[in-house]
Order: sequence, then structure tokens, then C-alpha cells
Amino acid sequence: MAKQLIKGNEAIVKGAILAGCRFFFGYPITPASEVAEAAAYYMPQVGGTFIQAESEVASINMVYGAAAGNVRVMTASSSPGISLKLEGLSYCAGAELPLVLVDIMRAGPGLGNIAPEQSDYNQIVKGGGHGNYKVIALGPNCAQEMCDLTMLAFDLADKYRNPVVILADGFIGQMEEPVEFPEAYASFPDKPWALHANADDEHRLITSIQLEPEMLEQHNIHLQEKYRIISENEVRYEDYMVDDAELVLIGYGVVSRILQTVVDDLRAEGKKVGMLRPVSLWPFPSAHIAELGDRVKNFLVVELSNGQMVDDVRLALMGKTPVHFYNRMGGMVPSPEEIYAQVKTIWEA
Amino acid sequence: MAEKRLSKADSFYKVYERTPSAIKDVTHYCPGCGHGVLSKLIAEAIDDFGIRERTIFMSPVGCSVFGYYYFRTGNIQCAHGRAPAAATGIKRAYPESIVISYQGDGDLAAIGGNEIIQAANRGENITVFFVNNAIYGMTGGQLAPTTLIGQKTTTSPFGRNPANEGYPIRVSEMIATLEAPVYVERVMLGDAKNTNKVRRAVRKGLSNQIDNKGFSLIEVLSVCPSGWKMTPVQAKQWMNDFMLKQFPLGVYRDRSEEIPVRESQRHVFSVDGIRDKLELPKSGEQTMQVEKPAAEFMNPRLKLAGFGGQGILMLGLMLAEAGMRAGYHVSWIPSYGPEMRGGTANCHVNLSERRIGSPVVSKPTVLVALNQPSLDKFESEVAPGGLIIYDTALVPNPPKRKDVKVLGLPATTIADELGNTRIANMVVLGAYVGYSRILPKEVVFSALPALIKRKNLLPLNELAVEKGMEFVTRMGS
Ligand SMILES: Cc1ncc(C[n+]2csc(CCOP(=O)(O)OP(=O)(O)O)c2C)c(N)n1
Ligand code: SF4
Ligand SMILES: [Mg+2]
Repeated sequence: MAKQLIKGNEAIVKGAILAGCRFFFGYPITPASEVAEAAAYYMPQVGGTFIQAESEVASINMVYGAAAGNVRVMTASSSPGISLKLEGLSYCAGAELPLVLVDIMRAGPGLGNIAPEQSDYNQIVKGGGHGNYKVIALGPNCAQEMCDLTMLAFDLADKYRNPVVILADGFIGQMEEPVEFPEAYASFPDKPWALHANADDEHRLITSIQLEPEMLEQHNIHLQEKYRIISENEVRYEDYMVDDAELVLIGYGVVSRILQTVVDDLRAEGKKVGMLRPVSLWPFPSAHIAELGDRVKNFLVVELSNGQMVDDVRLALMGKTPVHFYNRMGGMVPSPEEIYAQVKTIWEA
Repeated sequence: MAEKRLSKADSFYKVYERTPSAIKDVTHYCPGCGHGVLSKLIAEAIDDFGIRERTIFMSPVGCSVFGYYYFRTGNIQCAHGRAPAAATGIKRAYPESIVISYQGDGDLAAIGGNEIIQAANRGENITVFFVNNAIYGMTGGQLAPTTLIGQKTTTSPFGRNPANEGYPIRVSEMIATLEAPVYVERVMLGDAKNTNKVRRAVRKGLSNQIDNKGFSLIEVLSVCPSGWKMTPVQAKQWMNDFMLKQFPLGVYRDRSEEIPVRESQRHVFSVDGIRDKLELPKSGEQTMQVEKPAAEFMNPRLKLAGFGGQGILMLGLMLAEAGMRAGYHVSWIPSYGPEMRGGTANCHVNLSERRIGSPVVSKPTVLVALNQPSLDKFESEVAPGGLIIYDTALVPNPPKRKDVKVLGLPATTIADELGNTRIANMVVLGAYVGYSRILPKEVVFSALPALIKRKNLLPLNELAVEKGMEFVTRMGS
């Protein structure tokens, strides 16, 4: 199939529609606005619905309402807007509603700026909203994955009745690359628990409230059990030249692309360096990292944040291998040369 | 219509299985509370219209949060104030359903103030029942946006003081100022006569939705003996004496007669012609075979910079598009947002035989500088042995580096000669591909239509590319 040069943000929408999504409720924010714009353009043409909501709060609640039905639904925003959506996301997780939320991260805190950062890792991966909930978080690093992981996200969301977040940075959203778009799903599996606007609905209830502590504890136990199954089955990562690596770089999103260049440069010099790229940020590839920890001498985690994912790497390794950290913040993106220099210091130490 | 029904409405569950209470046949509402009466009127109307099986009842937070204990319909319990948004979502998914948003005054007029205004303004085809009891009942009697001046609540212990808390909001009057709503009425649960008016309003609100006429809001003044710390009798009296003055009953907007009855448009899932609708490329379009350039020009990492409006981003996209058609891995990253508006623009482009690592170009092998600031800013970044292309017409001080190749051409002058300054970028494109031989002319030409939407401009753009190529040929001979 022929490829199309396309912006990551638009590839998301085309992927979503190919995966059967017909409902989009958004609110503009740079650098995520092209997602809403593409949805506004394509949704009506494929018999779908696009609404520009009055706020991110309203848009996630529109998603909540639509996700209660037998349809596929999504929304997109960037960091400040995601903060506003977190109340709703907690309700969706509590009511076990499937949906896809796209976060094209920008720099913070506060209004920050519109340049790329990865500082929403904690608010997405660690909860962010209230309650004991988890969302599946996928971190694409190219336009092709913006499409592919979005399609996968809809399947995972329905399979587990759980929100799935596409966690990408501003560069991955704004970048254009060739994408090969797969065939459209002819349909998607019926959701028997969802409202169908028919006679069976009297037996169906979409809710996150549970007044009785015993019952709510049971519900929480049920959720945790579901999360355990997800962590067993849905870990995704990419190894790049790690087989014989003595030093492994870890990063996701645009950082992983920069790390690949660093690995290539160092390999050209005969240095045994590799890269691990978590694709699913939750569930995190902890077991794999722990395994690597048995033979790798050093890890270097690189993030566009104050060090959020690095905590998960450290937890996975439980102190058995040194974990170094390098970061840039505020929308600054490290050059391969900068990281190369870091690796050299570790190598020579 | 019978004033008193002996049997319970069919639209209520026979047994309230969902209540955690041991008693499964009474509601959780306090004695004398208006919620129970209104629920009954709604359930009876649902029965009579025969719409129970397609009704979806939204219960946001407030004393009515447990609407799903009672209503034998589809039920969605949602966040405080957000029912109009969630109702929008499910109604759009099922336009044939009947969606009821049942909200209190704290829910609708305080925390959900924006959601209700916007849903009303979009003319969502839903029915909103707004229970105004001038208090936060559920949380124990705090100040509501509708609390009367002087009214004591647990958070206005000295009485509502407009200097501190403002004035009670008249929701019906406010919503009625909007264009879209079809029907807005304020009624009151009190004596039999008024209750009958509530019954009629409930029916009208629902029948508007059944007929797909649009948004209806029925504000129902209702007592909250518990929140007001009164007996039910005192509460009724207080409502008559005080609430009615602040909240006059009546129809505030009614276009029900003007709007024709419409069929509901069911959402139908379809993938017919979807690839065309998504403007995806036809599978026939193949990549073109190209000869490799000299080693020094292979796998270029380009930074292109100039003023906004010089077509820098387009130039980069052209290269990426053509590179893709030649079978290369490509990437393009723009500088985005305010920086562009500030007058400078730049983008990073990679063409590579291998999977591209960093799409961000920190050490370009090719710098295209279309103005002096860009050259001054990025000249030092260029990798030794790399190439700097600049527009001699706009860059008075040429590059100083001695360890790079330099290609200066009067791109803007050439473009002006062709009659359009704005195609200087295409002249530069021609010069770059001509000089480096990274892409043949045919591939560049095949890429142009993908990005140039005005087809009548294609010949001019092709000519500009050719002029750029000619320039370097002449230079070389
Ligand atoms: C986000 C959020 N804030 C606060 C609350 C607490 N809360 C529950 S009900 C309520 C007030 C409800 O009052 P109203 O809407 O007037 O309904 P009533 O109980 O009077 O019928 C509040 C503040 C909540 N559940 N969620
Ligand atoms: S607190 Fe007030 S509104 Fe709530 S059930 Fe009791 S009387 Fe009704
Ligand atoms: Mg109230």
C-alpha cells in the first residue's frame, strides 16, 4: 500500500477512523490542535460526529456519555488541557468506559510553552486523577505509530473496558513522516454491557458511585485484578541493539529517536551501546528491564522532564544496576551530541 | 389524566434492587421533598409516551444522584455538573434515544454553569429537569447559586449577603436569552394546581424531544425541608412567600409550535468509500527508482530557515514528499506556534536510506538560509564538509566558513523574473536537487501536486524548479 506524508496529529485521526471511531469531542490547544482540526474535517464525512466542546472538562464528559454507548469515541488535548480532563478520566476508569485520550505533551508547569516536553508522564502513568485507577498508556515515536498505536488503543480500550492514552510529545505530533494506513475495520465487537437505547438497557448501568465501602472495595479489587491482567499481557517495548550492549539508553517518544542516532554513532566507534524504548508506558516493561539489569553494566535514562519515567526504571532494577539520568526541560530537546557526551562520561568513569 | 395513580409507574423498577438500603420499595428522599414527586411525574410521562425502552436517564451529583435506583431505563450516573455534556455524548451516539438530564441548582447553576449554557446553546435535543430548591440538599444545606438574599445556610450562616455572595441566579430567564432553546418554563411543586402545571411541562419537554425539536429546560421550584431546616409544611409556606418572588413562574421561551416535527437520524456505522473520504493514497502509487547521489550528498540532514512567508516549511515538505516518492525514509519537523508568527520559520528535514533516528537536526549537512539572521544563527552548526545554500539577493554577508561547500544564488531575483517572488523557495529546491543530485527532476515534479492545491500554479512551480537547476548547471560549466 502506498505511503502518505502526514503529520502525526493527523495520522491519529485517520487511524482512529479506520479503527471504527466516529465520535470526537475536543477543545483546541497547541500542539494538539491538528487532531481536533482533522477530526472536524473527516468525522462528518464518514458519518461521524465532531463537537468542539466548551472546555476540556466538558469534552471528557461528552466522551464519558458517548463511551457509555456501543460506539468508539476519543478526545485529544495537550498538558494543561489534560489536567482539566483528569477528573473525567477518573470517572471513566471507575465506570470502566473504553475511550482513547490523546495527549500531545507540551512544556509546563502552568501555561509553560508549546514546545515539547514529557512531563505529563506522572499525571498519566501514575494516575493524576483521584482514586486507585490505571490507564493504559502508549508512547508512539513516529507518525506510523501515531496511526498504529491509536488503532491498537481502541482495541485495548474495548477489550479491557478501560481508557487508553496516547502519550506523545509535541515533536511527534507536529512531525510529518510517511505512513502506510492499514485497511479499515469493517466493524468492531459489540459491547454487551454498553447502553444500546433498547429494552435491555433497564439492566445496564454506567456509574462510578458505590456508597457501600464493602462493595466499593470489591470494585477496587476487581479493577486491580484487571490491571494485573493488563500488565501481564500488554507490555510493549522495542529493543535496539541491546543483545550485547554494556550500556543501555532508555527513552520514549522523540527522545528514543535521538537515542537511536546516539547508538548508531557509538556503534560506529565499536562501543557496545543499545537502546530500550518502552512503547507501553503503562504497563511498564519492568520485567524486561530487570532482566537486562542482570547483564548490562549501566543504564542511562533520558527524558524531557524532571525525571519521571526514571523512577520506574529504578524501581524495576531495585538498585542492582546503576541508573544515570539526563534531561532537558522547558521545551529544550537534547541533541545527539549532548547525549553522546553523557555516554562518554559514563563509559570513561 | 388521573390526579392520583394507585399503581406505581411502569418506568420505575418494581423493586429498587440497586439501593443499598434493606427496604427496597421506598425512595431515599426525605419526607415532603420535591424530588420524589417530580420523579413520579417524569416516570408517568415516560409510560404514557411509550418511550421507556429508549430513555436514558442522567443522574449527576445531588440528591438525585440515585435516579438509577428508580428509573427502569438506561442509566448513566455522571460527575457533578457535567450531565449536559455527558448527555450530549450519549444523545449524539443514539439520536433516537430520549435523554433526560435531571439536575439540582448547585449542579446546574454553579459547578455545571458552563455545560448547561453550552448544551442549551447547541440546541442539544435533550430534556433538562432543573430542580431549584435554593440549597445544596445532598451535602447538608450549603449556599446554592439560587439561595435567596438573607437566606441562612451552613455556608451563609448570617444570611446570603449580595456584597459577598452575589445574587440568586435566575436560570430560566438566562437560558431563554439564547437562540437555540425550544422551550423554557419555570413551574413549582406545591398545590394540586401547580403540580398539574409541572405535569404538563414535563410532558411538553419530553414530547419536544420525541419530535426532535431541540432543547427544553423545565425549572421546578421544589422544597428541601431538610436543607432548609423546616417542617414540610413550613417549607411549602416559605416557598410560596419568598421563593416565588425571586423566581416568577411562567414560560420564558416557547418555539415548540414553530418547529416542525422531525425524524431522528440514527447513527449508522459505515466504511463505504472510507479510504477516499480520508484522502488516503491509492495503492497503485509506487515509489520511483532513483540513482544514488555522490557519497557526500547521501543521507542529508537539512535545516531550512528564513522569514515566515518565504515558503520555508513548504520547501521542506516538498523535499520530504519527493524523498518519500524516491523510496527514502524521510522526516520533517517544523518550528511551530508563536515563533512562526514572530517572523522566522525553520524546519528540519531528513532523507535517509536507513530508518531515521533523530528527526531533530542539530548538525545539518545542508543549511538553506533564505535571510541573513538565519545564516548568522545556523552557520556554525553545519557539519564540516556540509553545504550552505543561501539567497544572494537577500543575504548581503555571505557565509564565512571555509570547511563547507557554499552555493549562493539570487533565488528571489530569479523568482521575480518569473513574475512571483513567492516561488523563490522552488528555485532553491531546484538548485539543491540539481547540485546534489539527490533527486531527479521527475520525482520532484511528481511531488508538487501533493502539496500545491491550486493546480494552475503547477507549471510556474515546475518552471521555478527548472530555473534553479539551470542555475547550478551554468555555474558548473
Ligand atoms: C466535584 C465535586 N464537588 C463537590 C461535590 C460534593 N457535592 C455533592 S452534591 C453537592 C451539591 C448538590 O446540590 P444540588 O445540585 O443543589 O442538588 P440537591 O442535593 O439540592 O438536589 C455537592 C457540592 C461533588 N460530588 N463533586
Ligand atoms: S435533602 Fe432536601 S433535596 Fe435532598 S432529599 Fe432531602 S429534602 Fe430532598
Ligand atoms: Mg439544590
